[in-house]
Amino acid sequence: MSKPISYAVSHATRVPPPMAMLAELTHRCPLACPYCSNPIELTRAEEELSTGEWIGVFEQAAKLGVLHLHLSGGEPAARRDLVELTKAAASFGLYTNLITSGVGLTEARIAGLSDAGLDHVQLSLQGVSREGADRISGYRGGYDRKMAVASWVTAAGIPLTVNAVCHRQNMDQIDDMIDLAIGLKARRIEIATVQFHGWAERNKAALLPTRPQVERATNTVAEARRKYEGTIEIDYVPADYHSSYPKACMGGWGRVGLNVTPSGRVLPCHAAETIPSLSFENVRDGSLARIWYESDAFNSYRGDAWMPELCRSCERKNVDFGGCRCRAMALAGDASATDPVCVRSPLRDGLTEDTDRLLALSSADLVFRGR
Amino acid sequence: MTEAPAISRSSVVKLARGVRLRKDAVRGQLVLLAPERAMALDETAVRIVQALDGERTLYRIADDFAAEFEAPAEEIANDITIFIQQLAARRMLDFAE
Ligand code: SF4
Ligand code: SF4
Repeated sequence: MSKPISYAVSHATRVPPPMAMLAELTHRCPLACPYCSNPIELTRAEEELSTGEWIGVFEQAAKLGVLHLHLSGGEPAARRDLVELTKAAASFGLYTNLITSGVGLTEARIAGLSDAGLDHVQLSLQGVSREGADRISGYRGGYDRKMAVASWVTAAGIPLTVNAVCHRQNMDQIDDMIDLAIGLKARRIEIATVQFHGWAERNKAALLPTRPQVERATNTVAEARRKYEGTIEIDYVPADYHSSYPKACMGGWGRVGLNVTPSGRVLPCHAAETIPSLSFENVRDGSLARIWYESDAFNSYRGDAWMPELCRSCERKNVDFGGCRCRAMALAGDASATDPVCVRSPLRDGLTEDTDRLLALSSADLVFRGR
Repeated sequence: MTEAPAISRSSVVKLARGVRLRKDAVRGQLVLLAPERAMALDETAVRIVQALDGERTLYRIADDFAAEFEAPAEEIANDITIFIQQLAARRMLDFAE
């Protein structure tokens, strides 16, 4: 009767239209999370797309076939035109999702967003206690603000998802995170294991969860799913470093989604700028449709022609598309290598050894963003 | 309307806020949009979703369909309940008592 929308790939020469767009409205953010995945070099406020430019991009996206629009950052609430942008996006029929830390949102602003037609809010939590959360986010008062924001959002009737990044220091509190989310009347919780892109790379030793932690987390999640079915939906993204196969990157490079940076560069993935051989086009210079269908950056890793033989001859290539290009770049020094997380990669043993070495360190200090 | 987990034929439901049916002109289909989710619905599913008015029970809806399509209400009620159960598990519905 219903099926999640997906597309048969591989030999298909026709590129499907994108389903989702992540609009990084700004890189400005009052928080300082040590696992921030934004690039080390941030876009300055003066370079951000204007209100009119963003609205133009949303309109193009809707025409191109985008269904979900994620309004993200940095902290999107740092944009003074957030309500106006939301209203415009909703008027094009886009499903609008605000991904926020909560800081910068007031009750009045949430009412404004609700009236503008905001469909959904994803609120990040950095911990389950005031003390713990504010230590990780490096922002005092952040936790209390989040609790207030959650209550304003649900009182306005907007569905709420709580986002929690789990890592070595909080991995054993997954139960508490779920309880907190239920207490906040969230309909969903997304528990994602930290990924090491951007700033987070610097904190690998302090954040990488241990194997027993990962096993416990898997059990906790399975149990909670049974217990809370119909009360809260639990999405869990396990740690890649402990998996045998990589996950499909964003559902496959240039297949499902695209990102627009604060200054208008269009990326196949959040971390794509770490691949030095690629250059990215800007919505200020060309249409979104042309960039999606024709630009080199998007076409570089579509299909299987770019793949090493290992992946091209592997039956999982239609499942994971050879894994993450950015991680191949970071760990293999070659963006078209097989993802080193894959058990078939010649680099996998080395990765396991490196991981073990990091896990053996009993403590490591966190380096906070921007402090 | 409050949230309640268990679905039965006497449930009265409607789509929760943040869940909506939309025409997807680019792909020529109707899609049900929810947080992080897009489902392409076939005609039957579309009819069911459109029938969720927050007033009729699922059985009543099945009964109305049965009259319209001259099919056994029992079977239709079964199909509807299974489909609705999936939506409920994903918190895509609001319930009335
Ligand atoms: S290429 Fe890697 S970093 Fe980029 S979206 Fe895919 S999985 Fe994530
Ligand atoms: S060899 Fe390539 S395609 Fe096969 S599982 Fe590994 S990463 Fe995926």
